[in-house]
Amino acid sequence: MSDPDHPSSDADRNTPAGLAIDVVLFAVGLMMLLPLVFLISNAFKTPPELLAWPPTIIPDRPTLENILGVLHETPLLHWIGNTLVFAGLSTASIVTTSAIAGYVLGKFDLPWFPAVFGIIIATSVVPFEVYMIPLYLNVQAAGMLNTLPGLLVGYLVMSFGIFLVRQYVTTSIPDELLEAARVDGAGEGWIFLRIVVPLMRGPLGALTVLAFFQAWTAFAWPLVVTTNKDTYTLEVGLALFQTGFTVDIGHLSAAAALALVPSALFFSLMRRNFVRGVAGTGLKE
Amino acid sequence: MRSKPKWLFPVLALLPVLGLYACLRIYPIAETLRLSLFKWNIISRRKPFVGLDNFIELMSDPLFLEAIFNTTIVAFGVLVITIPVGLALAALINSRQGLRRSGFYETSIFLPHVVSLVPAAMAWKWIFDARLGPLNALIGWFGIPAQAWLFDPVLSIVCLIVLCSWQSIGYAVLIFLVGLKNVPEALYEAARLDGASSFQAFRYVAIPLLKPVMLYVSVITLISSYNIYAQAFVLASDVQGAPGHLVRVLVLDMLENSFRNYRVGYAAAEAVVLLAIVLVLTGAQFRLFRDRSRA
Repeated sequence: MSDPDHPSSDADRNTPAGLAIDVVLFAVGLMMLLPLVFLISNAFKTPPELLAWPPTIIPDRPTLENILGVLHETPLLHWIGNTLVFAGLSTASIVTTSAIAGYVLGKFDLPWFPAVFGIIIATSVVPFEVYMIPLYLNVQAAGMLNTLPGLLVGYLVMSFGIFLVRQYVTTSIPDELLEAARVDGAGEGWIFLRIVVPLMRGPLGALTVLAFFQAWTAFAWPLVVTTNKDTYTLEVGLALFQTGFTVDIGHLSAAAALALVPSALFFSLMRRNFVRGVAGTGLKE
Repeated sequence: MRSKPKWLFPVLALLPVLGLYACLRIYPIAETLRLSLFKWNIISRRKPFVGLDNFIELMSDPLFLEAIFNTTIVAFGVLVITIPVGLALAALINSRQGLRRSGFYETSIFLPHVVSLVPAAMAWKWIFDARLGPLNALIGWFGIPAQAWLFDPVLSIVCLIVLCSWQSIGYAVLIFLVGLKNVPEALYEAARLDGASSFQAFRYVAIPLLKPVMLYVSVITLISSYNIYAQAFVLASDVQGAPGHLVRVLVLDMLENSFRNYRVGYAAAEAVVLLAIVLVLTGAQFRLFRDRSRA
């Protein structure tokens, strides 16, 4: 127990109790990472080592066989390319539409705007899986199955993005600033692009990371919209590859590790933006 | 330039976004509701209105009932693990806030929430693998016989709960940490002056204040678990490509009815049931919130 007389002093933090907490948290952190660590390590193991017990974390004789094999067997790099293009365009669209709609709904008050904002937020309650089938029928009727536009249709707007931008605009961008620019004769488009957008770097950064991850990890929609190997996204390609006739854990791990590493890396680089974005979702009320 | 009407810019700027919402959200949601009342089969030309027949049929469809039962078990299983574990971890991390190592704790616990679902599920699939997986080897040390984790109907649901909890704990911890930071330091001080231990201060000061946050995280966790699909798809599909055992979850059953059995109207009725579940959960959250703020 901590010393009640010096509740927040530094010495208080390295008491036996404090260090015990460190040990627990360190162990939990390692356990959370362990499945991912094993996955990456298995990607470099030879078949006999894959069967060894206890499983090794650092391979004894690391091999590139699995990775080369899987790159040969599957168009994995092509899938990564597909996913990058898909996620990039989806992010661009979500950031653009959220910036515009969030700003307009936050800074202009036409009588019907609150209702529009209400409807946008209400649709965010409805899971994508609920309206996926009609959306699919339309994409199919338009002949857009197995195309990039068909994939994108599900990921062009994000209600939370509009909410995030609107929230930021109303609390952090003063009306006086916009009025001053208007008095100086600036057009509305110029004000938005030159004054507002540069001020929104924080929320737009968080949104970029959220939107990119959402598209990168999308599964059900790409699974139904793409039906041939050339148009698969990474997640779909990988999921179907692992249901195939391969029982080779080395190859499966190599493919999964190749898919995992970019998202894990991107996350570690963008951690702050991401945490800010996700934490923002919890502050809705 | 200043003579342009004031509403021109906002309306013109908003129109394309509203157009996208109308086509990509509102229309398909309305269409789902409409289709659920029709016998709408991709292969037959006649698509008669059948009222609530689809819903009545669902109520006695063993596959649907299995799906909704499984999904409910998974959702509440994940909830029961995620909330207490997430809260405990957040409290521990919060007490070490500001130290360099707390960055490692946060990142390692949060990473499973963000990495791609399919590779993460494949990692767990290896862990659960009956012949090659480390889990069976581990329990073997304690004299417990090897289990066919992913082929036993009960155990495979346990596996799904473990995988989904592993993913959702990071989110819960993150939101709880935000909540804990908003607890005024003065309240802890007061509790300490009254002789409360750190644990008591947490139990009687922080927990009551965190109730709305806990409610929020619970609802988000339940809703996202009702939507699981990729995890079940990967974990329960047979590696050998044989018609393996599937953990039937709601979304899986819905997609199967729509794309394998071509029964679009019937699948839409399932989507409406999913929507109803989500709306009830969201409504319950709002209601509990309101009651609390009135009290």
